[in-house]
Amino acid sequence: MRAISRFLQAHLGRFWLLAVYLFLYAPLIFLVVFSFNSTRQDGVFTGFSLRWYSALWADSRLVDGFLLSLKVALLTGTLSAVLGAMAAFVMVRYERFRGRPLFVGLVNAPLIMPEVIIGLSLLLLMVAVQRAVGWPERGLLTIVIGHTLLGMAYAAVVIQSRLREVDRSIEEAAMDLGCRPLQVFFLVTLPSIAPAMVAAWLLTFTLSFDDVVISEFLSGPGVTTLPQVIFSYARRGINPSIYAAATLLIAVVSLGILAYSLHEARQHRQRLREARAALQAR
Amino acid sequence: MKTALALKFKPGRRFVIGVPFVWLAIFFVLPFLILLRISITDMGGGVDPFAPLIDSAGGAWRFIFKYDNYAAIFRDAGLGQTIYMEAYKTSLKYAFFTTFFCLLIGYPFAYFIARARPSIRPALLMLVMLPFWTSFLLRVYAWKGILADQGVINNALMALGLISEPVVMLYTDVSMLVGMTYVYLPFMVLPLYATLVKMDFRLLEAAHDLGASPWKAFWLITVPLSKAGIVSGAMLVFIPSVGEFVIPSLLGGAENIMIGRVVWDEMFSSNNWPRASALAVVMICLILFPLALYYHYSAEPRTQAAD
Repeated sequence: MRAISRFLQAHLGRFWLLAVYLFLYAPLIFLVVFSFNSTRQDGVFTGFSLRWYSALWADSRLVDGFLLSLKVALLTGTLSAVLGAMAAFVMVRYERFRGRPLFVGLVNAPLIMPEVIIGLSLLLLMVAVQRAVGWPERGLLTIVIGHTLLGMAYAAVVIQSRLREVDRSIEEAAMDLGCRPLQVFFLVTLPSIAPAMVAAWLLTFTLSFDDVVISEFLSGPGVTTLPQVIFSYARRGINPSIYAAATLLIAVVSLGILAYSLHEARQHRQRLREARAALQAR
Repeated sequence: MKTALALKFKPGRRFVIGVPFVWLAIFFVLPFLILLRISITDMGGGVDPFAPLIDSAGGAWRFIFKYDNYAAIFRDAGLGQTIYMEAYKTSLKYAFFTTFFCLLIGYPFAYFIARARPSIRPALLMLVMLPFWTSFLLRVYAWKGILADQGVINNALMALGLISEPVVMLYTDVSMLVGMTYVYLPFMVLPLYATLVKMDFRLLEAAHDLGASPWKAFWLITVPLSKAGIVSGAMLVFIPSVGEFVIPSLLGGAENIMIGRVVWDEMFSSNNWPRASALAVVMICLILFPLALYYHYSAEPRTQAAD
């Protein structure tokens, strides 16, 4: 008994981590495995087949939804990264201006507000505007606005944390050497927050590509994003085509992350080499 | 410290503050005002929800305020409790238990990551974030296949001979709480980790040297020091859970109706926009206090950084 409890105490951390990671990854493993299942049955793996992948291309709703989602996500990612960078710049660099607490509160609010409320209130705004001026129709534009409202908040968080680490003495040096403020921004500040802007772009692209609730409120008749199509299939029951779509998505994401970490590792090694060379030179 | 860059950048400064501010005013603040305004109109008799609130007919100005939508939420003719009240209660119940389970699973998890070797911490954190980058909808959908009567768990348990009949898990409290805990767990883990990793673990050694049991040291030192993380994590889970819409639609049964679903139905099935708006306004009131808590505790790191 004592031995067991001592063993548990020594390895509890590892067990807990392992169990939670298993919990986090179980659905992903499930999706990948059962996308290759030969029958519709979802509890037993009856045999290997690619039939759900070929069914995927034949489904025009899924393909159309995919194309629309791609457009929406590209626009959302770009708009969010730009607006988020501006908001982050304001929050980090402008310590005092009237309305700063309100500004900070507003930028962060969409992060935590239930999406149903965001969707509903934005829909009411769009309807009111459309009645007044006859524009915009509910569709691509309204969905992008809704997603960007959320995306800007996420982008601001990501870019903000990078911006805090930027060494301001370099900016000051550039200014001492005669750079105008705009030049300083584009030649020094922007390049140093560029990686964070790329990360923010990717994150908001992903969020937009995945959003159901806001799209459900803001899309019009005949305009459905990929998650909306998946959502309507999912409510009807099991459809392994969806598993196949999920597996493709997981493959794309994993490849992206693998490429990114290889790139990071190489840069890290290079920085180490340079640091060592610099030390030896002294 | 005020930078020269910020000072010399006057017209640019106005532009950089102005653009996000105007964007948020138009697409975040204004919609809320419209929501409030529509919630006090009456749907009966073909009234236009966007009709002006000020009525000047007959020479006298009159402010039209209909509280029928709010009244309908709280009292129903003789039935005691409205479906709306039921839905609010269900939402709060699931939000509470989701927060509880996220804390129960997430606290030790964040603690063990924070105490892992510094070299492997980034990788461990990365593993928490990774599922985030694949579709939330698809991951929730997968639980349907895992928890179904003929699903993976039931089939495995029956194959092992542990049970003879499937255990019903899908469309019950079990599937709801598994799904919600699963989705919101990272929101709990990240703020907890952020506070735990900054903690000075030598304090625990000091407590040990002074004769405190590990358990006592945990409650007297670790928990109070991670309070900010606990509160902001709990609020990051609780607040969006109240309005959760997708998970109850996929994993919930007929009796697990949450308020997000009811708002949706009033809006698109009954076409009762004022009622949907009033329901949303009451939902906002329910999360006001948690929101204030969240802002209070998540604002702290910044003031520390400024010191």
